[in-house]
Amino acid sequence: MSKQHPDVPFAITLDIGSSLANRTGNWRTERPVYLDRLPPCNNACPAGENIQAWLGQAEEGDYEAAWREVMRNNPLPAIMGRACYHPCEGACNRSALDEVINIHAVERFLGDQAIEKNWGPAVEAAPSGKKVLVIGAGPSGLSAAFHLRCQGHTVTIHEAGPVPGGMMRFGIPAYRLPRDIVQAEIDRILAMGVALELNHTVEDIQTEMKNGGFDACFLAIGAHLAKRVDIPTPDAGKILDAIGLLREMETSDNPPLLGRRVVVYGGGNTAIDAARTAKRLGAEQAIIVYRRTREMMPAHDFEVDEALAEGVILNWLTTIKEIDDSGSFVVEKMVLNDEGWPEPTGEFDTIEADSLVLALGQNVDTGFIAKVPGVEIAKDGVIQVGPDMMTGFEGLFAGGDMVPSERTVTVAVGHGKKAARHIDAWLRGERYEHPPRHELADTDKLNTWYYADAPKTVQPELDVIRRQTSFDEVHHGLDETNALYEARRCLSCGNCFECDNCYGVCPDNAVIKLGPGKRFEFNYDYCKGCGICAAECPCGAIEMIPETV
Amino acid sequence: MSDMTAEQKVKFYQKGTFTAGNRLVDQARRSVQASMERSNAITSGHRACQGCGEALGARYALDAAMRATEGQLIAVNATGCLEVFTTPYPETSWQVPWIHSLFGNAAAVASGVAAAMRVKGREQVRVVAQGGDGGTTDIGFGCLSGMFERNDDVLYICYDNEAYMNTGVQRSSATPPTARTATTPAVGPEPGNVFGTGKNLPLIAMAHNIPYVATASVANLHDLERKVEKAVAIRGARYIHIFVPCPLGWGSASHDTIRIARLASECGLFPLFEAEHGEVTGSIPIRRKVPVEEYLRPQKRFAHLFKDGGGERIARLQRMADANIKRFDLLREAEEAPL
Ligand SMILES: Cc1cc2nc3c(=O)[nH]c(=O)nc-3n(C[C@H](O)[C@H](O)[C@H](O)COP(=O)(O)OP(=O)(O)OC[C@H]3O[C@@H](n4cnc5c(N)ncnc54)[C@H](O)[C@@H]3O)c2cc1C
Ligand SMILES: Cc1ncc(C[n+]2csc(CCOP(=O)(O)OP(=O)(O)O)c2C)c(N)n1
Ligand code: SF4
Ligand code: SF4
Ligand code: SF4
Ligand SMILES: [Mg+2]
Repeated sequence: MSKQHPDVPFAITLDIGSSLANRTGNWRTERPVYLDRLPPCNNACPAGENIQAWLGQAEEGDYEAAWREVMRNNPLPAIMGRACYHPCEGACNRSALDEVINIHAVERFLGDQAIEKNWGPAVEAAPSGKKVLVIGAGPSGLSAAFHLRCQGHTVTIHEAGPVPGGMMRFGIPAYRLPRDIVQAEIDRILAMGVALELNHTVEDIQTEMKNGGFDACFLAIGAHLAKRVDIPTPDAGKILDAIGLLREMETSDNPPLLGRRVVVYGGGNTAIDAARTAKRLGAEQAIIVYRRTREMMPAHDFEVDEALAEGVILNWLTTIKEIDDSGSFVVEKMVLNDEGWPEPTGEFDTIEADSLVLALGQNVDTGFIAKVPGVEIAKDGVIQVGPDMMTGFEGLFAGGDMVPSERTVTVAVGHGKKAARHIDAWLRGERYEHPPRHELADTDKLNTWYYADAPKTVQPELDVIRRQTSFDEVHHGLDETNALYEARRCLSCGNCFECDNCYGVCPDNAVIKLGPGKRFEFNYDYCKGCGICAAECPCGAIEMIPETV
Repeated sequence: MSDMTAEQKVKFYQKGTFTAGNRLVDQARRSVQASMERSNAITSGHRACQGCGEALGARYALDAAMRATEGQLIAVNATGCLEVFTTPYPETSWQVPWIHSLFGNAAAVASGVAAAMRVKGREQVRVVAQGGDGGTTDIGFGCLSGMFERNDDVLYICYDNEAYMNTGVQRSSATPPTARTATTPAVGPEPGNVFGTGKNLPLIAMAHNIPYVATASVANLHDLERKVEKAVAIRGARYIHIFVPCPLGWGSASHDTIRIARLASECGLFPLFEAEHGEVTGSIPIRRKVPVEEYLRPQKRFAHLFKDGGGERIARLQRMADANIKRFDLLREAEEAPL
């Protein structure tokens, strides 16, 4: 209480006091709290990357820190920035403003920087004394090997092929994924002390584990057996499968002979890749024949568009019946029935072609795995695993294309990480528990007013003529200016980016700024709970919660 | 598609361009409010309502003036919420030299303070007078017009919450048509404040040909700070009219204060412009145009517009907004995103 002066007029008898004596915080019925919400991009990433975090680091120009953040979850950024179908972008909140962030292009830029600058991960964990066998050097096996190695385990990969990479080499063509990039990222994993035995086809898992003294095994052999259909033909030599074709592109010095006119049968990405490869091998005509409609093709739209631009022809609602004695392909027109399924019409036509490439999907070679006691084969001939990626056999884990999944490089990498965490815990006799997920930062949590317009950067493409004739990479990367620009478009959904808005807008000075990198704190002595800070936080990093009385 | 760098018009600071701060730009280009060194002219513990736009607007303005004058500032305050909630005797929230006299004489007192400073040879000390819309447009108008007319060296800031809030939401000459107040109830054939009344003080100030007049809003911090800084650098009579929503008097949610101020400008009802010597010199273009309904709906004082027969009155308000948009050219393309 202020001191009173008896000999001066009343209005100035009291010493001046500060309103700080008045704790207006007790007016509050709701309190603001800072929180980190889950950005939709992170939520959608099958490899579980913290995209928002690394875009934030890239935005400040610290590309190495950004790359290291990517590497925490995904050891193949340069590959993924090219091959991944980027479901993150499909979820990106920026679509509500203008266009999504070109996340994969920034990831690719970071990956390429790392290769150029020779950044490498360091194994910091102490040796665990445990040995883990990884079977298959595809993305899933490589990812598991990387994470297991980071955890301090001794890792050996047994790979059937003459080169590592799996479908990143034997499937995805070089014009989408240059081989020096694949090799550089694999070499980096091997340089961490991961042993790789090539040309080593595993046929008996239990014996290999016993002989090698392995404590656990991660199985990631992919799905390599091409599915076939029976098409009567006088000359079986005319029919080959897409997987075989693409693999041969990689392993043989002489490109396969397909002739001038090639028909590819199927509607998935493999069919597109086979047709585009045929074009590049010199085919004048590459026709994709597909049973259903273009909209129903499992292939991604952008890949179909790219193929069309390169001159690939699409022939949908068509099935191939036979190759007749004169070598003509007899095809039947289909029509969609009321349920949307294709039905034969009885209308026939012929296509003249020199070869037929089947791209009808792949099966898993489960033969030698089924022999392991306890292992279950699920529907569609894939291996059943639990939520911890473990098969029915203790200590045998599996992931990637060979387990029920979407069959992408990214899912495979995610499985590798997940399996490594569970293997690591299992080796210590524990169970891995995933930390609870944060609430999703969807568009309605944002206040987009504060973000200026900034349309997305388009990656330049190789011109069409060179695309039709060479295996040069179709998409170019971003340069530094563009990558920086792109990273800065990110809204930082759900995670404070220190824009100072809450600090600025509080009518009660109840937000304390702690300084760069330290974020903010509420001063609940004075916060009246008006909620302006939460309403004006651009990225949804403040929540109002009821006060408990 | 060949040379991307050449084609790409790179704007570097997309993220948070319109926020108080932006860690990617120089300190000097961030707002005063983003600074850890801001003076907090009105400190915590004041008794303004939750979400008070006036408390916020006054801190924005005076912190900016404090930085611009390097702390050489005296503030004169008219009676009204701003005075009452900051200064219940013997407590004060003011962290700047501050004087209050009467409801209607802030402009005259400020003229006197400026004269005193001049006589004492302390002309580096700048004077800000401030009051609510009632104190400015009604009872204090004579003093203010005199201050303008004499071109006294005072920056007068009006915090417009569109009614006499401190005494219980009575109509002022800044209350907009149709707004319900204690003295303009929402009854009868013309519910709320009637059309065709009131005055536009920024335009009247301009008619005095004073060096600087501007409107500003708590929803546009960068613009507000820039205008205060600019005004402080000028000698003579200057006037800034700041739009400050009042959750209590307007019947709006406390968390909506800034949003409502933003909608007022984005619909055209409260144009942001500035003028020098009677000529308009600039305005802030609308970034995301909205119909007036979006601004009106979250406020209970306009609730009657959304009942039977409100449509025609909304249409009239829309015509007022459209007239502003035309007059101040608010739908032109922004030259460059203001930082
Ligand atoms: C043509 C084509 C294009 C594709 N394009 C894309 C794309 O653009 N983006 C995308 O995300 N996904 C794409 N995919 C899918 C993607 O390639 C796979 O989902 C992914 O490679 C699966 O990884 P994986 O590690 O499970 O298996 P794989 O990549 O198939 O690797 C398995 C590895 O195990 C080895 N192996 C098999 N059996 C044994 C054994 N018994 N002993 C030892 N080693 C063995 C194989 O040689 C191989 O190296 C494409 C697939 C194909 C076929
Ligand atoms: C001469 C005189 N008449 C009336 C009052 C009572 N009074 C005090 S504040 C006020 C209203 C202030 O309204 P405004 O200027 O708009 O400021 P606000 O409170 O809305 O911020 C009134 C009528 C007074 N103090 N002095
Ligand atoms: S704006 Fe940024 S944080 Fe938000 S979803 Fe897109 S990439 Fe993720
Ligand atoms: S703006 Fe200030 S008073 Fe309002 S809830 Fe946030 S911290 Fe509390
Ligand atoms: S308003 Fe800005 S500074 Fe405050 S929490 Fe949100 S992002 Fe962070
Ligand atoms: Mg008022």
